[in-house]
Amino acid sequence: MSVLHIVNKSPFDRNSLDSCLRLAKADSPILLIEDGIYAVQKNTAAAERMQQALSTHSVYALRSDLQARGINPDNIIDGISLVDYDGFVELTTEHDKLQSWL
Amino acid sequence: MASKKFLYVNRKAPHGSIYAQESLEVVLIGAAFEQDVTLAFVDDGVYQLMQNQDTGGIGAKNFAPTFRALGDYDVSQIYVERESLEMRGLSKEDLMPLTYEDEDDDWAEKDSIHVVSSDELADIIEQQDVILNF
Repeated sequence: MSVLHIVNKSPFDRNSLDSCLRLAKADSPILLIEDGIYAVQKNTAAAERMQQALSTHSVYALRSDLQARGINPDNIIDGISLVDYDGFVELTTEHDKLQSWL
Repeated sequence: MASKKFLYVNRKAPHGSIYAQESLEVVLIGAAFEQDVTLAFVDDGVYQLMQNQDTGGIGAKNFAPTFRALGDYDVSQIYVERESLEMRGLSKEDLMPLTYEDEDDDWAEKDSIHVVSSDELADIIEQQDVILNF
């Protein structure tokens, strides 16, 4: 019955992440891809929101999208798990539904 | 042809849309026509200048190294808004070093990137003849 939430927009450019965090049920996982991965860094204006989200959601981010954008995987908020494309596919198959916050 | 002051305002992250790459193409064209070119990086546009971008894993062109060619096109006025950096937990050290050789100073290698406040950037915008937004 669980829903995988996917966010692909920068939290500083769009409100996709905010809408996701407002409407995702507790315990449903959140996957950050493309420009969505800018939410993973420490010390940003979005860091507190992410920190809070981690208390009720598992949060994943696509490693290739971090590398493409020059984001150091060592400088991300504790508790966020990095996945590769195989992990991405696995997450989608483990959940009944997907909600993409375009 | 008299040269005009051209400002290119970059506000988009590099790989999520085509804006950043297209902007850089247009900047290089403008510079080839010997216009007075200034670049501004604001909002998510500051991410375009991040060091160590490696797009091998997403199958997209990595155009970041092209920024290094700007100095050879006499594009040496690159302004990054401090407020945009701070909001993203970034500082100048997170950005790729961009330099030019100053012909008026015995070709000394100098920094092209200037981190400026919103107020300073507002003044820079005022001084332009043409402003292009990406």
